[in-house]
Amino acid sequence: MTLRVEQPGLLTLVQDPGRPGLGHLGVSAAGAFDRGALRQANALLGNDPDAAAIELLGGGLVLRAAAPHRVAVTGAPGPVTIDGRHVAHGRALRLAAGQLLRVDPPSSGLRTYVGVAGGLDAQPELGSVSTDTLAGLGPAPLVAGDTLHTGREPVPPLLEDVLPLVNSGDITVDVVLGPRDDWFSPVAVRRLLDDPWHVSPSSDRVGVRLVGEPLERSRTDELPSEPCLRGSVQVAADGQPIVFGPDHPVTGGYPVIAVVVDAHTDRLAQARPGQVVRFHRVP
Amino acid sequence: MRLRPYGDRALLLDCDDLAEAQAWFAALHGTTEAVLGARSVLVRGEPAVLRTLVERTTPLAAGPGADDRAVEVPVAYDGPDLDDVARLTGLSTREVVAAHTGTAWTVAFGGFAPGFSYLVGGDPRLEVPRRPSPRTTVPAGSVGLAGGFSGVYPRSSPGGWQLVGRTSLAMWDSRREPPALLTAGTTVRFVVA
Repeated sequence: MTLRVEQPGLLTLVQDPGRPGLGHLGVSAAGAFDRGALRQANALLGNDPDAAAIELLGGGLVLRAAAPHRVAVTGAPGPVTIDGRHVAHGRALRLAAGQLLRVDPPSSGLRTYVGVAGGLDAQPELGSVSTDTLAGLGPAPLVAGDTLHTGREPVPPLLEDVLPLVNSGDITVDVVLGPRDDWFSPVAVRRLLDDPWHVSPSSDRVGVRLVGEPLERSRTDELPSEPCLRGSVQVAADGQPIVFGPDHPVTGGYPVIAVVVDAHTDRLAQARPGQVVRFHRVP
Repeated sequence: MRLRPYGDRALLLDCDDLAEAQAWFAALHGTTEAVLGARSVLVRGEPAVLRTLVERTTPLAAGPGADDRAVEVPVAYDGPDLDDVARLTGLSTREVVAAHTGTAWTVAFGGFAPGFSYLVGGDPRLEVPRRPSPRTTVPAGSVGLAGGFSGVYPRSSPGGWQLVGRTSLAMWDSRREPPALLTAGTTVRFVVA
């Protein structure tokens, strides 16, 4: 069972939940940036929740079915067509042999997920088929002419449909202060929590870069390299925060002022350039 | 050692020095997922459970060679920054090579990229700053120095370390177990290829 990539879009990757537990080898977990959207696609198709799907940045994907397939499109919502006919986002779709599935740029959000019944079958590296863009692990980004293989037929689906996410307004994420909030002035810590932070266009899977009034440090010495995680809010020398995404470096040399709670890190997958991110402190 | 919060799925053990961090890493890794830094250890899990775990754990004396492995790394000392390192250290290039090969190094921790290891314990005369601006591409196998650390770039990547030579040894191979040639505690001897 195969699908052919006719048009790959801007950056189209195979993603599963990643390769956790290998930080001591210098390997980040990587995996889908919007894990919730990946799980929704799998639930709509009856796949294993951890099955691999396509993560698509900014739309522009065209796939041709070489055989009948069931597919589901989740994450950032936008126009989806089969042979030019509009079909639903967030539902299982039937794709007959020879038909074209087109996923156009999303109307809100950034990353769209295309799941296939049976999941995508790719060559695993360290137990995962996720592409880590920083470390260079996993399959290369998809290009026109690539053939995608699917796995075994899955069990009946768990969900019939999912509501599209609507997040064209501000994105608010909960953070726990620390471990290095004491490297910043009290004013800077307050401003992290009170100010609107604008998403920079140079954001990617390594980190969502934020732009605002620089956060002043209260000490200027160098921090010895420290381990970090998806969700770490690292403040670089220029005082601008970077929230680490799935492909973050395993260690970093700038102080982490706060850490986004794990469940809210998915929201940053959909943060568009210019959109406002706000941090809400939780104990 | 002080415990510091790290979001809702981890804790940071903030240690006084690398030796203390290594001792905690040796005691905790395996019990829970742990990552070692230059002076800290990140442990993953429910923070309340981790606090209890850390309270009940005694750090293990884990000095150099804790994993009992010694790896010899053959190096061709023809790096583009060898002359700069000589100038910065006040040594001749021959003395730089002698100093780099003269002592055993130990893997303090991994980071930056898969298979990259921060090596410590070298000749103190080799402490040099990073290059003023990083190279956009450093070839795989490049052997570098920065701030008292030495390291080998596992794959072609950007990098700001002073490059003194290159090795053909593969630092990273996903099909190998473990895939990283050098892991925390490994003793490393550089030899002239």
